[in-house]
Amino acid sequence: MCGIAGLIHRGKSSNVGNELQAMLQALKHRGPDSTGYALYADNDGENFIMRFKVGENVGEGSSSVNEDESVYDKRKELVDSMLKNLGAKVIKEEKLTPYSYRYEMKYDEDLMEFSKKIESIESVEILSIGKSLELIKDLGDAQAVLDRYDLGKVTGTHAIGHARMATESGVDIKSAHPFWGYPFSDVSVVHNGQLTNYWNNRRVLENKGMRFMSECDSELIAVYLAEKMRNGATLEEGMKDSLSGLDGVFTYFVATKDSLGMAKDTMAAKPLVLYESDELVAMGSEEIAIRSILPHEIDTYDPFDGEVKVWQI
Amino acid sequence: MANIKTNENKTKAQSMGLHSEVLTGKTQQKFFNPDEAENFYYWGTYDVDFNKRIDLDVNDLDCKEANKKIDELMSQGYGTIVIKNPQGKHSLGVGVLNKLNLIFEGSLGYFGVGSIDGPTVRINGRVGWSCAENMMAGKVVIEKNAGSCFGAAVRGGDLICKGSVGARTGIDQKGGTIIVGGDAGAFTGFMMQRGRIIILGNVGINLGDSMYDGTIYVGGKIGSFGSDAIESPMTKSDIDWIKRKLKVAEIGENFDVSKMTKVVAGKKLWNYDALEPTEKKGAI
Repeated sequence: MCGIAGLIHRGKSSNVGNELQAMLQALKHRGPDSTGYALYADNDGENFIMRFKVGENVGEGSSSVNEDESVYDKRKELVDSMLKNLGAKVIKEEKLTPYSYRYEMKYDEDLMEFSKKIESIESVEILSIGKSLELIKDLGDAQAVLDRYDLGKVTGTHAIGHARMATESGVDIKSAHPFWGYPFSDVSVVHNGQLTNYWNNRRVLENKGMRFMSECDSELIAVYLAEKMRNGATLEEGMKDSLSGLDGVFTYFVATKDSLGMAKDTMAAKPLVLYESDELVAMGSEEIAIRSILPHEIDTYDPFDGEVKVWQI
Repeated sequence: MANIKTNENKTKAQSMGLHSEVLTGKTQQKFFNPDEAENFYYWGTYDVDFNKRIDLDVNDLDCKEANKKIDELMSQGYGTIVIKNPQGKHSLGVGVLNKLNLIFEGSLGYFGVGSIDGPTVRINGRVGWSCAENMMAGKVVIEKNAGSCFGAAVRGGDLICKGSVGARTGIDQKGGTIIVGGDAGAFTGFMMQRGRIIILGNVGINLGDSMYDGTIYVGGKIGSFGSDAIESPMTKSDIDWIKRKLKVAEIGENFDVSKMTKVVAGKKLWNYDALEPTEKKGAI
């Protein structure tokens, strides 16, 4: 089933960490397996933020193979060594859990080659790279992930998130949403639905040099849009193209450094409720997600089939 | 296991060809038997006084607690219940099988006022997916917008949304009337079987797809017709009926009904109209 939520403050910053947590917690019944946040935070915009994992959460409910934590440190050392070879300068590093890290770094070269080399290290996955994007995903509900990664203090302009019920792939971080729009900085995607032409599209995109880290059909949307943008399409053009290029049922959100968009398939088979004002746009799979941050009476509506909308901060 | 045997004492219904068999033996189901006086009791019905009014704040209640409270209030004779702070919660006001004035001051989530039989409901906010699903009788008025599957499988009554509705409005509709003041999404009237839908605004693609029967009236533009749906000429009785219904719904006062498009099923299903007279009455 899965639940998705997103919000964008227009012209100001807010505590998007807590706001998204409230929205995702309200949608917990739609997906209790894992929760993910893509927060567009008030960073200084100077350095890249890279969030990556060197292993999986093997806690309760995980479908991952148990590993000794000592391998995590070895992989982290390999990442540090690779960063040095690539010429990336690490400004600050934080160990968030035994298996996940947040690095602030300076890097001026091609992100695709960079990502390929970092991810050539066994079990290492870049969750996101961006100058404002902070992408966090892990097993557990919205409150558990917020607490584990101390997201309650994050302020920013916009955010998207996902509460996942695993159906087509494992209960693990690599299959959790949001997905980073590899290799574009600051692009993230969350999805509710099923894509039925996943393998056809994946084979074509892999032949074009794009990478897939999981077997989760939703990852296709991020890669699909990234490939379109790589060839010069705007975000909105890529999203409109996806309505015919992607087969199945879907409602998805995509966020960039300064915008937030939604697309709904032509069957309108997946739910979405939308609230729109001059100051704030908030949307989610169910109205209760919006009500969790806007308890007063508001006007909301369901976007129609085949609708694509993009908002700027 | 239940066994089937022929019932020799025919009732009126049986003499019309219905219920020629009865079940005997052990079964988990309870069948209606007019000889058992307690079965004349209709669960969920109370004597209520419409002038007896009460507010119910459901902010701290979940849907089960709220619905149980509504039932309790009806059992105490309250005929007008005002629900405060519904906050988009799901499944509020379902299964009300009674005459009742039920007012929601706010918005409902999914499956709001589903499976109702008789109440008059006014919702001052918006409703989520599948509002009034399986409604049997009564009147539901929504002041703002509605989500998808609005009035799914309704069998009777009037279901009115003054705003716009999502996709698959009136899916599997079996009777009653659905009235929408604004626009409607794709697959409106999908697999519709009986009843009528009035849309004053535009509708999306695949209108009336796979409809068996029933009638859809559209005031605005039609995205496309679905399989089996065709246009039919508007008659004077159509116009008079729509005008009367809009008046009851309190919308479209100055709307030019004569310019609406009437959509009906283009194919007739084999044996579809071979219903018993009593069944037809129930369906229409």
